[in-house]
Amino acid sequence: MSTKIFKHIQTSVVPLTIENIDTDQIIPARFLKATTREGFGNNLFRDWRFDENDNPKPDFVLNHPVFSGKILVAGKNFGCGSSREHAAWAIADYGFDAVVSSFFADIFKGNALNNGLLPVQVSDEFLKKIFDAVDADPHAVVEIDLVDQFIKIVASGEQETFEVNPYKKACMTNGYDDIDYILSKKELIEEFEVSR
Amino acid sequence: MAKTLFDKIWDAHVVSSNEGFPDILYIDTHFIHEVTSPQAFDGLRSRKLPVLRPKQTVATADHNVPTINQHLPIKEELSRYQVDTLTKNCKEFGIELYGLGHPFQGIVHVIGPELGITLPGGTYVCGDSHTSTHGAFGAIAFGIGTSQVEQVMATQCLLQSRPKRMKIEVNGKLQKGVGAKDIILYIISQISAAGGTGYAVEYAGDTFRSLSMEGRMTVCNMSIEMGARCGLIAPDETTIEYVKGREFAPKGEDWDKAVVYWKTLYSDDDAQFDKVLSFKAEDIEPMITYGTNPGMGIGVTQHVPETLSFEQKEQGSYKKALEYMGLHDDEQLLGKPIDYVFIGSCTNSRIEDLRQVAEFVKGKHKADNVTVWVVPGSKQVQEQAIREGLDVILGEAGFPLREPGCSACLAMNEDKIPAGKYCVSTSNRNFEGRQGPNSRTFLASPLTAAASAINGYVTDIREFLIV
Repeated sequence: MSTKIFKHIQTSVVPLTIENIDTDQIIPARFLKATTREGFGNNLFRDWRFDENDNPKPDFVLNHPVFSGKILVAGKNFGCGSSREHAAWAIADYGFDAVVSSFFADIFKGNALNNGLLPVQVSDEFLKKIFDAVDADPHAVVEIDLVDQFIKIVASGEQETFEVNPYKKACMTNGYDDIDYILSKKELIEEFEVSR
Repeated sequence: MAKTLFDKIWDAHVVSSNEGFPDILYIDTHFIHEVTSPQAFDGLRSRKLPVLRPKQTVATADHNVPTINQHLPIKEELSRYQVDTLTKNCKEFGIELYGLGHPFQGIVHVIGPELGITLPGGTYVCGDSHTSTHGAFGAIAFGIGTSQVEQVMATQCLLQSRPKRMKIEVNGKLQKGVGAKDIILYIISQISAAGGTGYAVEYAGDTFRSLSMEGRMTVCNMSIEMGARCGLIAPDETTIEYVKGREFAPKGEDWDKAVVYWKTLYSDDDAQFDKVLSFKAEDIEPMITYGTNPGMGIGVTQHVPETLSFEQKEQGSYKKALEYMGLHDDEQLLGKPIDYVFIGSCTNSRIEDLRQVAEFVKGKHKADNVTVWVVPGSKQVQEQAIREGLDVILGEAGFPLREPGCSACLAMNEDKIPAGKYCVSTSNRNFEGRQGPNSRTFLASPLTAAASAINGYVTDIREFLIV
């Protein structure tokens, strides 16, 4: 089976300066009762986005008409806590293709990569530059190139390279799938089981 | 070459290692539950693949289940549907399910160890971040996402890059009233909720050696709360004694052979760690968290930090956390009135936790302003508690013993802390809304939680111990 292909995007961004955003904020546990992968975007950041009567909270960035785009930019240690892949599903389902932060929690990073959602880890300084750029112009455009592994603030031309596991990069740029890869080594699994 | 405990276990499970690729790691047992498995089963169906090793897959229903009247159908429709879906999927794919009504049902990280499924030297995964619990046996165990659940179902393997290795040593004698939960909350408060990210953490030192298996599970359970990939403790006589005779533990000759192997599972003297941290047991007070991530913890007598003590870029997030918690700079939590006490979760719901709480509350009664829920980790824990008469002691103190499940740790069932209310909780996460929308959580040990329930406010357990 193939996964979503990601190579390059250039778009405005949605800034979320909060640090240590855990997956319970991204998608609260009470919305994990679905048995399919679809529709989680409606409840992305549910309790920050809506009040107890389901009215949008005007102060929250996703409800602010001026901010839009396919890149979510967030404070450090993004995606900590629960291993729920529903967090990555919710972000992708809402319409984001990439998340930029200065630090990602491990499990979230893996889940994102398995869903064609690119986690881009930048330096603290570069993260601040993006937030500053958006502060100055909410429509500021950021470019992310997975093939050449760089992220650029288009207006200023400031850019930084980022790391990505070469295997996961090949998966994302070609739509390869982990299960197909492991099953191509099935005889090794059987040999391993016999040898123990 | 000298190896760490982690590397010994990892190397013994590598099916294939190729430059530029993550390792293909063999998984001994895959634990599954109702919340993170349905989409994985759907994936298998659309690929037309079976579960490769159904006998190495163990299922239970824990996250959604009610903790009263478990013999009745689940009231909440979506929860019921999710639990029923697990039952159907297990049947279709030939997986043993310890569902509601089964004598082995319980929180997945409580039942694996108590059934002797979790063993030293093994590899365990589950679509749940607290899988790190099983590392207490000297095993590699960690949480995975649903795509990986599907991967393990299809291949009994996981693609995984080897993490860095960290050793956290704690030596010395704990103060009275201080236990495993306080140790791990202290460590996380010192290194932050991200301090372990990218590492497999081995806990070493005589303080951990002196802990029971239950205590070690509490410590390893919260490894994920500092971001660690997993946490583990080398097996010793305490471990072997705990495993011996359990339902699925090896027996006879297999047992003897296993024990010989388990005794080789320790970090060699000159093994290299990427990072080593040391703490003194004597420095650890009973701990409590004040904020909205588990790294925001203090000794129970200390004051909440001041906003200005943080770097400027962190101050916004810090203020947001204090505002959510209804606290202010420099406030002392000691004496703060509370509304709920939750004793349960995969962190602190084992028989030892219930014994400790029952012993403490015997002859006392909870304060009127506090609602207490005691939720056992498994059916076996519940039955054991009843056999020992703990349910009666707890009940008389106003601490009713409920039925097993994850309960108010993540509030997927009806056990929710109401908006704005304070709960002293023995669970593992104090995130915003974790115990119910706008609920406020103070994480603490079972003893601190019990003492706070008795007084009706945040309490230093040591007050009760000076006689």
